[in-house]
Amino acid sequence: MAEMNHTLFWERLKGVPGNFWASVFRHGKPDSDRTRSQAVFANFFLHVHSTRVHPHSLRATYSWGLGVSLVAQFLILTATGILLMVYYNPSIDLAYNTIKDIHYVVPTGRFIRNIHRWAAHLMVLTVILHMARVFYTASYKPPREFNWVLGMVLFILTLALSFSGYLLPWDQLAYWAVTIATNIAASPDELVHALGLPSAFGVGWLIKELMIGARTVGQEALTRFYLLHVMVLPLAMAACMGAHIWRIHKDGGLSRPGGFHTPAGKGVETANNQPVNPEHAPTKTYGLMGIVRGRSPYTGALPEETVPAWPYLLRAELLVFMINMLVLVALAYYFDAPLKEQANPAVPENPAKAPWYFLGLQEMVSYSAFVGGMLVPTLALVGLILIPFIDRETEESGVWFSGKKGKQIALYSLLFGGITAVAAVAFPVQFGWLRNWFPSIPQIVIILINPGSLLTAAYAAWSLAVMQQTRSTRMGAIALFTCFLIGFAILTYVGTELRGPNWEFYWSASQWPVH
Amino acid sequence: MSGRLEPKPLPRRDYLGLLGLGSAGIAIFGSLLGMARLPKPRVLPEASSVVRIGPPLEFPPGTTRTLPELKIRVISTEKGVAALSLICTHLGCIVGEGEKGFVCPCHGSRFDPEGRVIGGPAPRNLPWLAVSQAADGTLCVDTAAETPAGHFYPVV
Repeated sequence: MAEMNHTLFWERLKGVPGNFWASVFRHGKPDSDRTRSQAVFANFFLHVHSTRVHPHSLRATYSWGLGVSLVAQFLILTATGILLMVYYNPSIDLAYNTIKDIHYVVPTGRFIRNIHRWAAHLMVLTVILHMARVFYTASYKPPREFNWVLGMVLFILTLALSFSGYLLPWDQLAYWAVTIATNIAASPDELVHALGLPSAFGVGWLIKELMIGARTVGQEALTRFYLLHVMVLPLAMAACMGAHIWRIHKDGGLSRPGGFHTPAGKGVETANNQPVNPEHAPTKTYGLMGIVRGRSPYTGALPEETVPAWPYLLRAELLVFMINMLVLVALAYYFDAPLKEQANPAVPENPAKAPWYFLGLQEMVSYSAFVGGMLVPTLALVGLILIPFIDRETEESGVWFSGKKGKQIALYSLLFGGITAVAAVAFPVQFGWLRNWFPSIPQIVIILINPGSLLTAAYAAWSLAVMQQTRSTRMGAIALFTCFLIGFAILTYVGTELRGPNWEFYWSASQWPVH
Repeated sequence: MSGRLEPKPLPRRDYLGLLGLGSAGIAIFGSLLGMARLPKPRVLPEASSVVRIGPPLEFPPGTTRTLPELKIRVISTEKGVAALSLICTHLGCIVGEGEKGFVCPCHGSRFDPEGRVIGGPAPRNLPWLAVSQAADGTLCVDTAAETPAGHFYPVV
């Protein structure tokens, strides 16, 4: 009897690995359509994917893998961020020194910080490109309107995370960036003052006080921005990202032209898969284990035209993830993340420049704090958010520039937007601006009429003209979006390369005066 | 189906349900408001805005001196002593010496030696700060109190 129990025990013990594995993955090997579907929908971490995807969603030249790249960058930033938190200390006396320790003393610290910094830069770039991809393929059209709005929220969160991140080292960039940004937040008071209204109308100081917990930037500001950077914003980001991806799944994958009639990818049979009229179709798509909204279910055609997410989609995602890792490791190996001198509240750097993605804004702010820092960015964001609710034309989504005409409009808008942006910068450099001609001009005129506000007005007028001419809100939107994109690029270039000490114009940094 | 003209009285169960939902809503909204109160500090963690800058002898008439730590420029004339704030009224950078007065390194605002805006995005002139004297005669500047431009404190 004892002998028998003995062997039974050993048998069971030998079976542990297999049984443990089977208890975690309760389906067999993903080798049939059924088990492949199960591999995705029975897994908590994978179930944001559809079980089957259309081959069009897998085309590299359609999505450019930008959305997946952003997830990859967010994961990399989370992992490296947690590692940096091991040594970083958010106090104004120690923050700078702990960053220096991370850079010079901590094993792999420099490498991890470099990856963190470059991943943040890459994420801002990728989020802009992703937005452009979604916009130009009209992928915000119903039923994806709200997902576009979620995308805008993610865009703002990305910028907020970058901003709250680069002030943590408490170097000169950090200190003066927070000082400037919180004063921008307080700049509506400037308008109140210029209009001669009682100061009770100004709420700017309240926003500023909530941001930095004091009248000037100090320990309270660092504590608050640290809290935002490591806790509040990443959680908000993860939640919005989850909802964003989940909705892609619910909307039937990435947008594609012509509903389900598209020619699918190579090697996928489509000819005989005419969809079943949805009116007569059952409301359940049994193959998908759920009810899919919208114009589906095209039960007759769907399963044949799609491919299982496991392994095709997951393989593509892994590839994008690895490419991102490779790029970041290479960048981190060759380029060190910047660290300026320790914050000095008495002397700002000259010039004091923000990271590249805020330099367009800095250029705008150099015309007027309120208009350049608050009004125009707010209008641009509101305009972007409203796009899917104003452009209700029933063109297909999934076609780049919505066809030939859109391409033409985009090209003309690129020229118009580029030339006007260059003019808006060049004119004041060459001829000065209102205050140089009329020294006693009221401030309200400076606030309202400046190169930044005129440029925005020109873009709006151009887009309205295009809309009028083509009788299409989609074309108007293409015009406006293209203008803003090129305007952003040009102002960013000007701020990065052509501005020197005291924000004066120089053709190159080699012409800067030597002190 | 006659509900259109004479709405049915709200059943008690529905009424209590709505009441419960409403009170939950009010409670949650109220809690959110209460939580939003916390981040706004009641006391600002700052030292007194009145700072001693030294005895009048250190600021003889006809001289100007910049005190970078306090972000002020002290101007002393026969009429008395004045202090000019060096914090740019645009976005709070510290202005530096320029050819014709002051110039801001961040966005290029320009001010003349009396602090009047002569160029760039700054919305206001550099503020003149209130100067006073402590009981022992030491000159003090209140960095939070503005006085009319051109006002010199007569030193006694």
